[in-house]
Amino acid sequence: MSENKVKKVAVNTTINGEEMDILVDPYISLLETLREVVGITGTKEGCNDGNCGACTINLDGRIVDSCLVLGVEAEGKNIETVEGMATPDGLHPLQQAFLEEAALQCGICTPGFLVSAKALLDNEPDPSEERIRHWLAGNLCRCTGYDKIVKAVTKASKESK
Amino acid sequence: MVSTPENKNYKVIGTRPIRHDGYDKVTGRAQYGADIKLPGMLIGAVVRSPHAHARIKSIDTSEAERLDGVFAVMTAKDLPRLGDVVRGNSEESGSEKHLSENVMAFDKVLYKGHVVAGVAAKDQNTAFEAAKKIKVDYEILKPVIDVDQAMSKDAPILHEDYTCDHLGKEVKNSNVAAHVRHENGDLENGFDKADLVVEKEVDMQTVHQGYIEPHSGTAVWDEEDRVKVWTSTQGSFAVRDSVSKVLDLDVSRVKVTPMEIGGGFGGKIPIYLEPISAVLSRKTRRPVKTMMSRTDVFDATGPGPGGKVKVKIGIDADGKILAAYADIRLEAGAYPEAFIEAAAKCVFSCYDVPAMKIDAYDVLVNKPSSAPYRAPASPQVAFATETVVDEICKIKGYDPIDFRLLNVAEKGTRTALGPKYRTIGLKECLEAAKKSDHWKSNLNSNPKTGKKRGRGIASGYWFNIGFKSSVNLSLNPDGKVALIEGSTDIGGSRASIAMQAAEVLGIPAEDVRPSVVDTDSIGITDVTGGSRTTYATGYAAYNAAHKLIEEIIEKAALKWDISKDQIEYSDGVVKSKTDSELKMTLKEIADDPPGGPIVSSASVDLEEAGGGFAVHIADLEIDEETGKTDVVNYTAIQDVGKAIHPSYVEGQMQGGAAQGIGWALNEEYFMSDDGVMLNSSYLDYRMPIALDLPMINTIMVEVPSEEHPYGVRGVGEPPIVPPVPAIGNAINDALGLRLLSTPMKPSRITEALKRKK
Repeated sequence: MSENKVKKVAVNTTINGEEMDILVDPYISLLETLREVVGITGTKEGCNDGNCGACTINLDGRIVDSCLVLGVEAEGKNIETVEGMATPDGLHPLQQAFLEEAALQCGICTPGFLVSAKALLDNEPDPSEERIRHWLAGNLCRCTGYDKIVKAVTKASKESK
Repeated sequence: MVSTPENKNYKVIGTRPIRHDGYDKVTGRAQYGADIKLPGMLIGAVVRSPHAHARIKSIDTSEAERLDGVFAVMTAKDLPRLGDVVRGNSEESGSEKHLSENVMAFDKVLYKGHVVAGVAAKDQNTAFEAAKKIKVDYEILKPVIDVDQAMSKDAPILHEDYTCDHLGKEVKNSNVAAHVRHENGDLENGFDKADLVVEKEVDMQTVHQGYIEPHSGTAVWDEEDRVKVWTSTQGSFAVRDSVSKVLDLDVSRVKVTPMEIGGGFGGKIPIYLEPISAVLSRKTRRPVKTMMSRTDVFDATGPGPGGKVKVKIGIDADGKILAAYADIRLEAGAYPEAFIEAAAKCVFSCYDVPAMKIDAYDVLVNKPSSAPYRAPASPQVAFATETVVDEICKIKGYDPIDFRLLNVAEKGTRTALGPKYRTIGLKECLEAAKKSDHWKSNLNSNPKTGKKRGRGIASGYWFNIGFKSSVNLSLNPDGKVALIEGSTDIGGSRASIAMQAAEVLGIPAEDVRPSVVDTDSIGITDVTGGSRTTYATGYAAYNAAHKLIEEIIEKAALKWDISKDQIEYSDGVVKSKTDSELKMTLKEIADDPPGGPIVSSASVDLEEAGGGFAVHIADLEIDEETGKTDVVNYTAIQDVGKAIHPSYVEGQMQGGAAQGIGWALNEEYFMSDDGVMLNSSYLDYRMPIALDLPMINTIMVEVPSEEHPYGVRGVGEPPIVPPVPAIGNAINDALGLRLLSTPMKPSRITEALKRKK
C-alpha cells in the first residue's frame, strides 16, 4: 500500500538522441523504465540482478546493466540503447557483422552484446580477441559459445577502419 | 567432405544468406515473450513454496484480495481436477494430472518453488505485494534430493497415489516411477570370455538449460470461452495441447501465438504460467501477463536430470567389445520422465556391441520436474561409457580413435532398442578427427607457466526425431513466395526452412519470406526440439514447394491452353517444352493467374531423421595449485547430414560444445539438505562467459541421411554429448586423475590431487 502512494518523479533524460520528460516511480529500475514507461523493449531482462548483461545500455559513455540503475538516475543523462544503433541510412557495422557472421541464434542477448561491443569499438577501434572477450565478459550468451560473436566484432572493427 | 548421392550443385543449400528474422533481432524490434503489451493488461504474480516437500494444509488469500489494485486471486481450486494416471514412462509421458499439478499444486508441493497460488494486479509491484500477503500453512515433509536417497528403503514417497511400472509390474509406494530393461545377446558369456573388463560409475549433478530469456505467459479468456495465449515456447501446438488439458477445454478453444523465443534447449517445451494467466483472465476478463524471475527459472523449471550411471564393458584380446552393461538412474524430479528410454538408446550407441543389457530407472526426487535438455539423457550416459572406453585405451595402450574405429557402429549395426542403423556417419567423424590439425598437433605443458596440459576425446549420439510439420506457400504477385510455418524459430530455422523451398523453386533464399504463425493459422507442427525442425518442417517446405510448382504448371496450362505435360518449370521460369515463345517468370504467372491465386500446402509425419554423431577433442590446461581448468583448444566434429545453412550448423556445434563445457567444469544445482537450490542466480550458477572459452573449431562431415531429400539429419543435440567425457578424459590425461563426478570444478581437482599424494 505504502509503496503505491509514493509519488512519481519527473525525469528529464535523453534516450537515443531524443530528449524527453517522463514520470517514473522512484523504486523502478532504468530497465523497467525503458521497457514500461518509455515503451522500448529492445533492452531485455535475463536476470534482473546484474549478471547476464541482456539489459546493457550506454549511460553517458559507460556501459551499465540497466537493471542495476534506478529510473530516476536517468535525470540529465544521455542514454543509448540498441534501438539507437541503426540510422535511417542503415545498420551499424556491428549489426551488419552480427547478421553476416551468424553471431546470434535466439537473439535475446544480442541487444546487450551490440551495446557492449559498440562501447568497445568506440574506445578501442582495433581490439584483439582477448580484449573483445574481456569487454564482452559481462554479457551471457547460451546459444553461440561466443565464437561467432567474437568474429563478428573483429569483422566490424576491421570494416569500421 | 562426403557429397550427397545426387551430387547436386545446389544453388541455395549450403550458402550462407542473412536470416530473414535477423534485422528485427539486431535492432531490438523482435518481440519476445515478455515484450507483449495488450490493452488493459494486468500483471500476474505467483506464490511459490519455500519447502521442497510439504502438504498444503490451507491457503488464506483474503488479505491479498483486499489489497488496492488487486483484481483476482487463484489457487488450484480454480483448476479442473484431472484424473489419475496409471502408468509411468508410457508414451503418454507428462500425463494430464501431473501436467496440471506441476502448474499449481493441489495438495502437496514437491519442490521448492512449486506454485501454490496466483494473483493479478494493476502492476508488477502490486502483484508482488499481494503475493506476499497470501498465507499458506504447510505440513513440512522430509525431502528426497538424489537417486540414492529416493531409492533407499525408508525414503519418503513423493506420490502415494502413483502406480509405478517396474519391468511391467505395477508397484505402489515407490519413488522409482519406472524401471525398464533392454537386453540383447549373451551378456554373461561375453563378460566371461573377456580379456579385460572395466567398470565405472559416474555421478552427475542436476543442471539447467540456462536460456537467457525467463519464461512468461500472457492470456486472454474471452466471453466465448476462448483462450488466447501469447508465450515464448518451443512448440505453440504443444502449448495448445497442454493448456487445453489443464483447463479442460477443446483444443480449438485455445489459440497460441508464439512470440520470439529467447533460448530453450528443451526447457521451453513444458508450460508453466500460461494456464495461470488464463484463469486470472477468466476472473477479470482482462489480459494477464505473468513472468518469472531468474531465480524462479532455476527453482521451478528445467532442469536436466542429475543421477548415477554405471557402465561395464568387456573386450577381447584384440580390443573388440564383447559385452556391455549399463545401470542408469536418473532424476525425473517431481513428476515422472527422466528420458530413460532415450538414455538406453544412447548409452552404447557409438559402438557395435554383440551382447548388452541396460537397466534404466526413472527416479522421483524433490526437485523441479525435469525437462528435456539438448539430447536429453545422452550426455549423462555418454560420460560413463566414454570414460570406460578411455580407461580401456589407457590400460591397453590403444589409440583412442583406433579403438573407437575398431568397434564403430555403422550401417546395419543393431541398436540397443532393436532396429539396425541406416546410413550413419560416426566412422567418417572419427576419421575426420584423426586427420584434423588438432589431433595431429603436439600438446606440451605451457612453456611459460609449466602448467600441465591434457587432451581428451569422446563421441556422442542423438537420434533426431521426426513427427509432424505443416507448411503453406503462396506466390505473391511480385513473384516472391510467402512461407507460413508453425515451427518457432530458436536459432535460424526460418532461414533453413525457407532455403529448402527456395532450392526447389530455384529462386534466391531472400525471395521466400517465412513467417511463424499462431495455431489457428497453420496445420499442426510439433515442437522445435529433438533436432527435428530443419529436417521435418524443411521436408514439409520441400513438399509444399513441389506442389507449388505443380500449381504453377497447371495455371500456365490453363493460360496457354496446352496440356500440363508440355510444360516444365525451372529456376523461377515456367515454359513450354516445345514452343520457345511460351515462357513466364514467376512474377508474370503470379499476375492474375487463371482460376485464382497460386497457393500450396503440405504436411508430413516423419520417422527419425537418421542418427547424428559427434566427436569432440578437448585440450585443457590445469593449474594444479588452484584446480582451475582452461580449455585451450577445442574441436567439434559432427556428421551433419547436409548443412542447409552452414553458419547456423557451426553455431549449433559451437553452442552445444560450450554448454557441455559448462556442464563439465562448473554447472550444478548446489542443494541444501532441505532440498533448496542454494545457487539460483547466474552469479552462482556459473555458465561459461566469453573469457572462459577459446574459439571452437568445427569440422562438418556430411553423410546424408536416407530419410530426407537433401540428406538433412538434425544437428542441434549431438554436440552437447561429447564435451563432459572429453573434458574428463583430458583431465585424466593431464593429471592422471579419473574424476567421475560433475562438475569437475577446481575444488574437486585439488581434493583429488591431495588424495593422490
